[in-house]
This record gives sequence, C-alpha cells and structure tokens, in this order.
Amino acid sequence: MNDAVLRELVPAVIGVLVRRGADFASAEDAVQEALIRALETWPEDPPRDPKGWLVTAAWRKYLDTVRADASRRGREVAVDAAPVAGEVPAIDDTLHLYFLCAHPTLPPASAVALTLRAVGGLTTRQIAAAYLVPETTMAQRISRAKRKLAGLALDRPGDVATVLRVLYLVFNEGYGGDVDLAAEAIRLTRQLVALADDPEVAGLLALMLLHHARRASRTGPGGGLIPLAEQDRSRWDTALIAEGVAVLQAALARDRLGEYQAQAAIAALHADARCAAETDWVQIVEWYDELLRLTDSPVVRLNRAVAVGEADGPQAGLAALAAVDPGLPRHTAVAAYLHERAGDLVAAAELYAAAAHAATSVPERDHLVREAARVRQQLRS
Amino acid sequence: MKYLLLKHYRGGPTPVVDYEPMDRWAPEEVDEHIRYMNEFAARLQETGEFVDAQALAPEGTFVRSDGQGRPPVTDGPFAETKDLIAGWMVIDVESWDRALELAGELSAAPGPGGTPIREWLELRPFLTEPTTVTE
Repeated sequence: MNDAVLRELVPAVIGVLVRRGADFASAEDAVQEALIRALETWPEDPPRDPKGWLVTAAWRKYLDTVRADASRRGREVAVDAAPVAGEVPAIDDTLHLYFLCAHPTLPPASAVALTLRAVGGLTTRQIAAAYLVPETTMAQRISRAKRKLAGLALDRPGDVATVLRVLYLVFNEGYGGDVDLAAEAIRLTRQLVALADDPEVAGLLALMLLHHARRASRTGPGGGLIPLAEQDRSRWDTALIAEGVAVLQAALARDRLGEYQAQAAIAALHADARCAAETDWVQIVEWYDELLRLTDSPVVRLNRAVAVGEADGPQAGLAALAAVDPGLPRHTAVAAYLHERAGDLVAAAELYAAAAHAATSVPERDHLVREAARVRQQLRS
Repeated sequence: MKYLLLKHYRGGPTPVVDYEPMDRWAPEEVDEHIRYMNEFAARLQETGEFVDAQALAPEGTFVRSDGQGRPPVTDGPFAETKDLIAGWMVIDVESWDRALELAGELSAAPGPGGTPIREWLELRPFLTEPTTVTE
C-alpha cells in the first residue's frame, strides 16, 4: 500500500471520529497522530483493513487526549470507548471538510495548510518542507486555524469558490520538499469533482491538467524558464491534454461559464497548436474578453494585452497595455516583449533590464536578465 | 560550523575585476554564470555542506517604531544606499579553511568572456548555541 492510498483515507477517518462525537480540531489531531504511526509501522506490518486500523488508532488517540484533559481538570467526563454512531457514507463528510478547511474566515496560507493536512492527508512535516518554514511554525499555523474554526458546524454548506481558490493556490506552488504540490492539487480537485456538482470545479481540474501537461517543457536543464512560444511541444503530455480537453468540453456543455472554465479554454487553445505560429490568438483574445466580463481582474487585462499583441500586432498590444495598471508585477516584462515585437530594441532592452530588477522570483529574474542581454547583443550586431 | 556567505551588489572593498552589469553580457555568458552558481550549490548539497541559499529583491525599506499606538515610520527605498545585499548562502563545514576555500570558489563564477568575476563575498561565522558541557 503506498502513501497516496493511505492519504486518501484521512478525510473519511476524520469524518468517522466527528460522527462519533469528537470535535473537528481534536479529531483532526488524532488522525494526524494515527497517520504518522501508520507511515512508521505499515511498511513492516501492513494491516488487513487499513481504514479500520486508522479509525481504531485515531479513536484511541482521541480518547487518550480527552481523558488526559479531563484528569488534568480534575473532574469526571463520561467518555464511552465504544462508537456512539454507526458508520455513514464518507462522501458528505469529505465535502464538508473541504468547505471547513477553506473557510473564508481563514487567511489563505492557513486554509492551504489545513486543507493539505485534513483533506490531503499530508503530515505537518511534509507541509512545512513544501512551504519552506520550520515544522513548529506550520504546526502552530494549523492549530491556530483550527481554533478559529471552533464552534463552526461541520455540516454547514460552504462556498465552492473559496475551496477552488485554495486548491489553485496549492497548484501554483508547484514543487516543494518531497511533495509534488501540483500533483496533490490535481488529486484533491479530481476528488472534489466527484463530490460537488459544479462545472467550475471541472473547469479548475481541466486548467490544472492542461498546465501540468506542459510542465516538463517549461524549464531548461539548468532550471531556467522556457516561454510558451519556445517550448518543445513534443514533450507535452498528450494524455493529460486529452483528459483536460474532455473534462473542459463536458463542463462547457453545461452552459454555466465561470473564470476557471474560461482560463482552461485559453490553455486548451495553446495545447491545440502544434507550433507557436499555429496558435489561434483571435479566439484566445475572445476568451480573455469573456474572462474580463467574469472577473474584471487587472492580471487578466495584462495577459489580454499580450494576446492582443499576437492577434492584431504589437502596436495594438501596446495600446491595450496602456489601459493596464503599470504597478502590476510583470507589466514591465510585457511592455518589453511588445516593444521588441514592434522593433524598438533600445526600449525593449531597457524594459527587460527594469523588469528583471522588479522580478519576484529567481527563475523569472534570471530569464529577464538573459532577455535583456539577448536584445542588447542584437543591437550590437 | 555554520558560515554565512553574503553577496553584495554594492559595498565592500573595491572590485578587482571591472565588469558590466549582467544584462549587458552575451546571453551565453549569462547562462554560463547561472549554471556555475547552480552547480556550486548542487555540489555542496552532495557533500552535505549546504544549508540554505536565498536571493533578495534589490530594494528594501528601513522601518522603525515611532512609539506606542503610532504607525511605524518608514524610510527608503534608497537608490544610493552604500551597501546592498543581493543574497546569501549558508554552509555547514568542518573548518574556517574549508569555508574560505568554498567562498573563493563561489567568487570565481564566470563573467564576460568566461573570465572569473572574482567578486568580494563576505564570510561571517554564525554564533553558536552554548554547549551542554561548559565547565
């Protein structure tokens, strides 16, 4: 039995403990303890009934904690060691966990951490490693988040949009430590598609699959960024693309468009082009217009300016860019690209260098420094 | 023993090699420089001497308290700051000599024409926790 299968059991086991009367915070702690023990002992001594093992271990852990608390307080608390409620289907429990962990009162970083632990079944240590913070810090972040949730009912219906935002944040974090966060986000979104009847969930899954399909081609041997137009398209994962397109088409057919479906449609149009020159930029601009109507986001406006530059020429792109807030990250990088396309290499070189100065990640900075160097070399020759 | 290797954009002794900013190098020279840096870090991970490496944005802001109940006062960012830290690497090595050797190696990253840039790096020992047995 591999770790992924073990982790899939975690939300259902939390659900069982809550049904038996445990509060969410204690149940989640107890299951985490049981999970850590399972990771230690199962490789040597695998149980016949993994879920039963986890339930028993977590329930014992929970009772130990409750008894210890009760004796600390010096009074009797009646805790029955036997289950108080029968087992019920785990589907609703898991869906409610998604809502609870992504509760809008939680700051995004806490919602992400709690989702990865309670729904994803990752250990605090793995989550801490993935986000490059000490384990004690991550443990505190999770327990503070749970204190904030205390008193909220587990069965209150939640907002799918907040869950999708959390999953999208996890996906965008990419790799960290020994956990592939992008793959984990896909697993959790896939699971949510089966639980929640909402085409936007499918839209987000399609978006993730289509981006994930390009992962191998996105970085060079030294870890440098390779822009979409220069990627080796033979390295794109065609199975993931086919799945992403199928999921998207089924979602679009339900005629309830949302921002994730629109973004996935743009990703699908890129995936559809056998080479960069074949890209259907006119349709991509139309989808950006749709996306703007849905979100009115400045980042969408910025990306739309790039698409307009490809569809209608760099001057049109620069005109579209003029309407975008210049304070946005990547604004200068887009301006540099459009000026280069328009043939103004002097301005492009200056803008690439300025964009490198303002870059927010090392690969992005290195890429922009190289772009400035490349344009300056062109100017010299 | 842990040491901090501090890279400055500005500040420190006068550079021995006068080279242009990286965005004025040839693209291949930029690639070569970045590859050297990555390989250096990867090698230290293999020898078990690597602890951490981070890069900083080129602009920061000075902040201080302005007294209780008042918002903090900020100053900067300054374009003309004398000292500007670019980033750091933390290494955990057997000796001061090994730390020196590694700092020298990192400083020899290639620049224009493949010539080592020989930039100044600041090497700072970490203060340690007191040992269990002190008497």
